[in-house]
Amino acid sequence: MSETTINVQDLNLTRKDFVPGNEVRWCPGCGDYSVLANMQKTLPVMGVKKENYAFISGIGCSSRFPYYMDTYGFHSIHGRAPAIASGVKLANPDLAVWIITGDGDGFSIGGNHMIHALRRNIDMNIMLFNNRIYGLTKGQYSPTSQLGMKTKSSPFGSIDRPFNPSAIALGANATFIARALDVDAKGLQESIKRSQRHKGASFIEVYQNCIIFNDGEFGALENKATRPDNALFVVHGEPMIFGKEQDKGIIMKDNHPKVVTLGGDWTEQDLLVHDETNPIITNLLLEMTFDPKNPTPFGVLRAVDAPTYDGMLVDQIKEVTKINGKGTLEDLFYSGDVWEVK
Amino acid sequence: MAKKVISINEATIRFAGDSGDGMQLTGTRFTEATAIVGNDLKTIPNYPSEIRAPLGTLAGVSAFQLMFGSQRVFTPGDLPDTLVAMNPAALKVHLKDLKKGGTILANANAFTDKNLKMATWETNPLTDGSLDGYTVYSMEMSKLVGKALENSDLTSKGIERTKNMFALGVLFWMYNRPIEPTEEWLRKKFAKNPSIAEANITAMKTGFNYGETTEIFTTSYAVEKADLPKGKYRNITGNVAVAYGLVAAAEKAGKELFLGSYPITPASEILHTLSGLRNHGVKTFQAEDEIAGIASAIGASYAGDLAVTTTSGPGMALKTEAIGLAIITELPLVIVNVQRGGPSTGMPTKMEQSDLLQAVHGRNSDAQIPVIAAQDPADCFDCAFEAARVAMKYMTPVILLTDGYLGQGSGPWKIPDPKKLPKIEVHHPDSSARGEDGFMPYARDENETRPWAIPGTPGLEHRIGGLEKENITGMVSQDPENHQLMTDIRARKVENITKDIPPSEIHGDTKGKVLVLGWGSTHGAIHVAVDRARNKGQSVSQMHLRWVSPFPSDLKAICDNFDEILIPEVNSGQLAMLLKAELIRPIHQLNKVRGEPFRAFEIEEKINEILG
Repeated sequence: MSETTINVQDLNLTRKDFVPGNEVRWCPGCGDYSVLANMQKTLPVMGVKKENYAFISGIGCSSRFPYYMDTYGFHSIHGRAPAIASGVKLANPDLAVWIITGDGDGFSIGGNHMIHALRRNIDMNIMLFNNRIYGLTKGQYSPTSQLGMKTKSSPFGSIDRPFNPSAIALGANATFIARALDVDAKGLQESIKRSQRHKGASFIEVYQNCIIFNDGEFGALENKATRPDNALFVVHGEPMIFGKEQDKGIIMKDNHPKVVTLGGDWTEQDLLVHDETNPIITNLLLEMTFDPKNPTPFGVLRAVDAPTYDGMLVDQIKEVTKINGKGTLEDLFYSGDVWEVK
Repeated sequence: MAKKVISINEATIRFAGDSGDGMQLTGTRFTEATAIVGNDLKTIPNYPSEIRAPLGTLAGVSAFQLMFGSQRVFTPGDLPDTLVAMNPAALKVHLKDLKKGGTILANANAFTDKNLKMATWETNPLTDGSLDGYTVYSMEMSKLVGKALENSDLTSKGIERTKNMFALGVLFWMYNRPIEPTEEWLRKKFAKNPSIAEANITAMKTGFNYGETTEIFTTSYAVEKADLPKGKYRNITGNVAVAYGLVAAAEKAGKELFLGSYPITPASEILHTLSGLRNHGVKTFQAEDEIAGIASAIGASYAGDLAVTTTSGPGMALKTEAIGLAIITELPLVIVNVQRGGPSTGMPTKMEQSDLLQAVHGRNSDAQIPVIAAQDPADCFDCAFEAARVAMKYMTPVILLTDGYLGQGSGPWKIPDPKKLPKIEVHHPDSSARGEDGFMPYARDENETRPWAIPGTPGLEHRIGGLEKENITGMVSQDPENHQLMTDIRARKVENITKDIPPSEIHGDTKGKVLVLGWGSTHGAIHVAVDRARNKGQSVSQMHLRWVSPFPSDLKAICDNFDEILIPEVNSGQLAMLLKAELIRPIHQLNKVRGEPFRAFEIEEKINEILG
């Protein structure tokens, strides 16, 4: 809330300022590398002092992220990063707090903290690395793994129905939801920037490829050649268009999104227009996620203004202090019935 | 008619009624009036965990006991002299505790056939002669307040609800307490609804006058002022005292106070008290669960606040993993456990001291933590202050153990002079702490504590976490030598705290036959029992532990001066287990887990047994 934005030139930060000396130890080819690089590239231009960034994570491959950022960092315990980060932000609202989590950390063991951090709208950024697998424990299904998926703990296929993290964020009344792809630098940087600028709890779901245990999970999206026909990058106020030739769009038909080809019966005027502030549009985009007939939506899916918890806490302290005066120990101790022994 | 006033040294009164009868409030008001008179006192509430158990049932009885006197009072009294019974169930549950020949004040209107049956009385005890050994004042309280409030705007139900104030008025007369403070309090409490305030005041005055004018009461009692140390006093519960101690510590350390907590009986009053102190800059965060309570506090500590989490037994179980995180990251944190009966949900509203081993050892791996325990409600202030001081000085989480008896019981608190409370030195390194090789987050000072470098400080960017870190540099390390070193350092850091523990005080002689060694809320009962034993000429002394981890360094030498050691505990022998390992000698135990504190005579009997 009260993060002070400073002229970027005055800060004079570069990517290098965010790269610590230690070695990064993710598997070669892991999608996490790209996310890290784009984070390090984007933070210098945000107008936030380096010492005011704090990266808080839980447990999992992605949760090693803070060790690879030369900022303040806290690699905590499984699932609890949103709760720890909440304390960090409330203790010092000037900090730009980032939570790094995964589909197991954030939505299995830590699901409770996740929904409440989003609901409270504490001004923090939550980046979820969704690879639809447990990587660090060497390959068990996660709450986002698809039905039927064969893993070490589901040798006959998973019978565990997955959920859609961004839809849960919407259900938790999150004020900012974006989705990005690990290999898409532009989309990642845009999501990071918008998230950091958003006042309130921001949620970024990153589709991230686990090269060892779930390689190719997002195959058609990861591949540059097939991506345009399978991914829909939404922009606020613009019609929903996609495709290699930018010739496909989304219309509403019988209360369902439907893909049409532009040029024949359909023009841009017929297409749905993205509106970040309209939960019905956000919901519609989220419903498209698992629908093979529709492209997978990416970009800022939702962004609305709402009071932040941290802002309201600061205001309440000011307000009560204004009314009651600054409390002293004297006032406090003598607030009951007092008698004197002489 | 002139009535007799008998001067007595002390009295124990128990208020008992249905959960909805307002017994806690009645007891609290009597306590406040008693405190103002200048008696020493201790109180203990006793209520069911159901908010409103079925009306008139044995399960629904709620009680409040206090002892007050003209001498020092260390416990809420063993057995009551006077029992207020608002219904048959209350009489049924509590009669067995009443002293032989004690006094009963009963609301005769509540002794209906239906209520008697529910309370399993076959006939009406008020009339069938079964209470012949007691002094019984059977009063038609409901009827009397009904008459007195005939012209009030209140509904008949509302009028009926003022009967507790009638009983309070009778007691005020009986024990010569002033009614004015309660009058004032009622007017303030019901400022928005003056007719309720006035009805309650009328009911109270009706009760007072009933004592004064009717023939049935012939005697009232006077209890002179107690000879307390000079100073200003107020009555305080342990939970409020903990809250105040933390606020004071934050101010003396120049820190903002952060509380991350999830509501739980019997600890919630700490959260309630602190959330009302926004103008003291107190940040309270009612988390989504116990884990988030402590996790948010750890985050706040990392960012530089004095951070606290408060809970009771089951909540401690949930916080366990996070306590380990606070230990390995070496962050200051105060964890308050207001103990209750367990295991599991157990007996939420009943006291127990059975989380001692959980506090001292209940974590994965070698994970030492300092544990401090308060001995009475006022001591909760000092212990909270001390816990916070030690946490910040030694960069460690500290567990403060109280219990439901201390937390919700009350006693007079000699109000400290805020200016005389010690300043707590806290050092946050600035940019100059960055050396040629960068900042060293696990560098050590003379106490082997690491620097509390907080986010926002330029140049000191560093990473901490649950993975083992290399000493000095703070880099992730799985090196065998380093893990041994860090484990040893963490243990030594806790052991170092013995330097801050003042020499132990012995109540009685420093050498002798029996040393009664206790911790926590057993202090009062042990004190009384030891005094009685000494008055009989028995060679008995008392030592009470404030720090249960680490033990004070003079503990062994003191114990060596006594032939026998007796440890009374409201658990199955947890301190005894720790002490046997520490001292390697036999120890006498007195254990009970009945959801209630010791009575002094129980300890007295055990002393007699040991001395033969």
